[in-house]
Amino acid sequence: MTEAREPLLQLRSLGVRFGRDGRELRPVDGVDLELRERECLGVVGESGSGKTQLLLALLGLSPPGARLSGSIRYRGEELVAAPRARLEAIRGRRIAIVFQDPLGALNPFLTIGTQLTEGARRHLGLGRRAARARAAALLATVQIDAPAERLRSYPHELSGGMRQRVLIAMALMCDPEILLLDEPTTALDVTVQAQVLELLRGLRERSGVASVFVTHDLGALASMADRIAVMYAGRLIELAPAAALYAAPLHPYTAGLLRSLPRLDVPPPARLPSIPGQPPDLAGLPAGCAFAPRCPLAHERCGTVPALRAVAGARALACHFTGTATQVDAAWSPP
Amino acid sequence: MLRFLLRRLLIAVPTLLVIATLAFMLLHLTPGGPFDSDKVLVPQIQHAIEARYHLDEPVWRQYARYLGELARGDFGPSFQYRNTSVNELIAQGLPVDATIGAVAMLLALALGCTAGFIAATRPGSWRDRLPMGVAMLGISLPVFVTAPLLILVFAMRLHWLPAGDWVAGSWRHVLLPAVALALPYTAYIARIVRSAAIDALAQPYIRGARAKGLPPRLVVLRHALRPTLMPLVSFLGPALAGVLTGSIVVEQVFGLPGIGHLFVTGALNRDYTVVTGITVLYGALIIGLNLLVDLCYAWLDPRVRARA
Amino acid sequence: MSGATAGPADGPWRRCARRLRARPGAVAAAALLALIAAAAVLVPMLSPFDFATPSWTEIFRAPALRGGHLFGTDSLGRDLLVRVMWGCRISLLVGIAASLISVVIGAAWGAVAGFVGGRVDGTLMRIVDVLYTVPFIPFVIVLEVLFGRHFLMVFIAIGAVSWLDIARIVRGQTLSIREHEYIDAARALGVRTGAMIWRHVLPNLGGLVAVYATLAIPGIILFEALLSFLGLGVHAPLASLGSLVAEGANEMQANPYLLVIPATFLAAIILCLNRLGDALRDALDPRHEQGRHD
Repeated sequence: MTEAREPLLQLRSLGVRFGRDGRELRPVDGVDLELRERECLGVVGESGSGKTQLLLALLGLSPPGARLSGSIRYRGEELVAAPRARLEAIRGRRIAIVFQDPLGALNPFLTIGTQLTEGARRHLGLGRRAARARAAALLATVQIDAPAERLRSYPHELSGGMRQRVLIAMALMCDPEILLLDEPTTALDVTVQAQVLELLRGLRERSGVASVFVTHDLGALASMADRIAVMYAGRLIELAPAAALYAAPLHPYTAGLLRSLPRLDVPPPARLPSIPGQPPDLAGLPAGCAFAPRCPLAHERCGTVPALRAVAGARALACHFTGTATQVDAAWSPP
Repeated sequence: MLRFLLRRLLIAVPTLLVIATLAFMLLHLTPGGPFDSDKVLVPQIQHAIEARYHLDEPVWRQYARYLGELARGDFGPSFQYRNTSVNELIAQGLPVDATIGAVAMLLALALGCTAGFIAATRPGSWRDRLPMGVAMLGISLPVFVTAPLLILVFAMRLHWLPAGDWVAGSWRHVLLPAVALALPYTAYIARIVRSAAIDALAQPYIRGARAKGLPPRLVVLRHALRPTLMPLVSFLGPALAGVLTGSIVVEQVFGLPGIGHLFVTGALNRDYTVVTGITVLYGALIIGLNLLVDLCYAWLDPRVRARA
Repeated sequence: MSGATAGPADGPWRRCARRLRARPGAVAAAALLALIAAAAVLVPMLSPFDFATPSWTEIFRAPALRGGHLFGTDSLGRDLLVRVMWGCRISLLVGIAASLISVVIGAAWGAVAGFVGGRVDGTLMRIVDVLYTVPFIPFVIVLEVLFGRHFLMVFIAIGAVSWLDIARIVRGQTLSIREHEYIDAARALGVRTGAMIWRHVLPNLGGLVAVYATLAIPGIILFEALLSFLGLGVHAPLASLGSLVAEGANEMQANPYLLVIPATFLAAIILCLNRLGDALRDALDPRHEQGRHD
């Protein structure tokens, strides 16, 4: 049971649109979400589900040509269309992001030290030496050896796993309240993934930072997330406490995703189940529920978009089917 | 880094040798000698002159002598201007070209970089199209067209500036030639900077920098500047060489005593030493500037340093 | 699975033509160029005046709509319109011909170097590197001065110097083509190196080479104009736009039209070619999709 805590972030009908009427793309379409203090919110979805655009919108970093609608409130302050100076004050300082591709997110021309310290020097007014000391301390926290010497290295001199850890350290430099993680483990080898996840867990326990963890990998969230939001074609389709989601998914898509994960506790099936069809093309969405073309429970009423409704157990669901989790799971089993 | 430098210098020497040899061969293998003028000379005087300039020696010996003198930095005596060495002629002419070239390049860099950067911040807008349209014009108009036009307007019609000649120390005589020379370079630089800046600003690490809450000016100056400079630097190497050794056209149109003019008259009059001397000088300049460009690259981009 | 010929060959060309047509600037440039070329061919044929015959009664006539000399006459009474048209002819001719020469030499050089690789590649490209360092303007001037001023010399001199860039680019492109699987397939079938270069490598270079050939033309025209300006290009009484500008510059104080008119034509030709070349390069670049932005 969750205590009622003041939400850090409140998203109401958040929408991100590109293009003109007629040829419009909506990577984020009417999303309602909350992030509470000290909470880790997982956001799951396939590529093209709008997860990254969601994070970018939170920081006001949507690509040029993007139009935002709805509301993003950070501690009650409205961020959509906030003045640039205000957004710059928040970025890195209160809300920090760890991008997906460590090689891309780091400037190859500058040292790690410069890139680590520039945020803190700007936001916290730290002098050069103080900032570098802090950076070295954080590098140690993310388990990078010889942190002081590493400050003088260039990105190309580090391995992929180290670079990702540098990005995490970089995000933590100003002690933000909210950490946004955009697929932090996707670009890494499996063993390194485990290490980074372990690292993130430890950080969370120690500093109590709230985080939004975006990924397509449900397995990664298992030990991390308090609550998990599932996105499909830019819409939020299911929201539940993590344990409940894994045990009893209510949306056919979530159920399908979970079934496709290989498990250790049962012998592997002859063929790994997968969801039939292709991920949705944002430019050609069907009129009603976006998942209907691939859904085993599709029905006539799926011609209208299902609204997000509250379900017992602090859950939310956007689906016309009103049966139990068992029924949903059964729908996927071969006849 | 040092090894990199040494390796490049090592390659430079044979390259220079090839250039010098080519220049030597070209002149000696063509019909006509330096003293085939309309005056018919008494045989003894002819022999004396030839002996003085070592033209009576077998070619291979002239070549060896030539290389030896080059190694000492001596370009030899001029055949046209008796009693003057090529070194002296170059020493007189080079400062003219160097001054005008330097001023021209500074103008081109200042204007070109500014225009290019401004254009890159809003691609597709009039802030972009207008300077780039003008730049297209700048590339299309050759110097031998713009120089006379500039003289026509500013010297002959408006009488603001002198129409030519060279008066040492007078900035008014430098301005018009420098502007004429600068125009095409300004255009090239603007185009290069624009395209490089657009590429640099599209990089993912720019978004990363903004995500840290850095203001736009800092993002551009610290994160986008170096990658933008790289293509500019590789353009500047050969461009500087061309500008410094003097645009032959600018010298001709403005009546300037630079080495470009020296070169053409030398070629016309078969003045071997002048031609080979200036060719070798130019070649050395290009090699030197290319080396400088590579050093700049290594200084700017740590990945290049790692590979070197 | 489509055969080796139906791959890169037609798709890009059709796309390219479509993109080119969509850009009004490029279309206008092409139209203007065609107009100038047509005039260059037709006007001297139709005009009663000849580019070489002097007329002492007609010297320095200003341009006028009536009186026969649309662009006026020069210091020898020759009709400027005809001379300018001849100048355009020569510029365009030299530009295209010399561009073709350098493309042929450069593409062959680069394709062989890139495809054969190893020592051959190293040697060929080292030669290119050294030749790059040779200052070519003085070099060509020397060639011109020493070997005489045959019109052919101009072609050869210019074309022989401009192939270096194309050689490098073609080599780079060939290197990447070589990695494609159909090359391995051909080799497995026992096709000989020469035939492979001819049949597989060269056709795939087509687009790239077309772009660079077009982009090289303005530079070549300018260079020829420069040589003519310096008195090293065409023989009098033949007129190149460069020599006309030189003549005009001499007379500009009293008769500025003698400078301005040939200068305008030269600038127009170069501008149009640059515009077209840029548009062509953008059109053939697979990254340049207009309209779709995410």
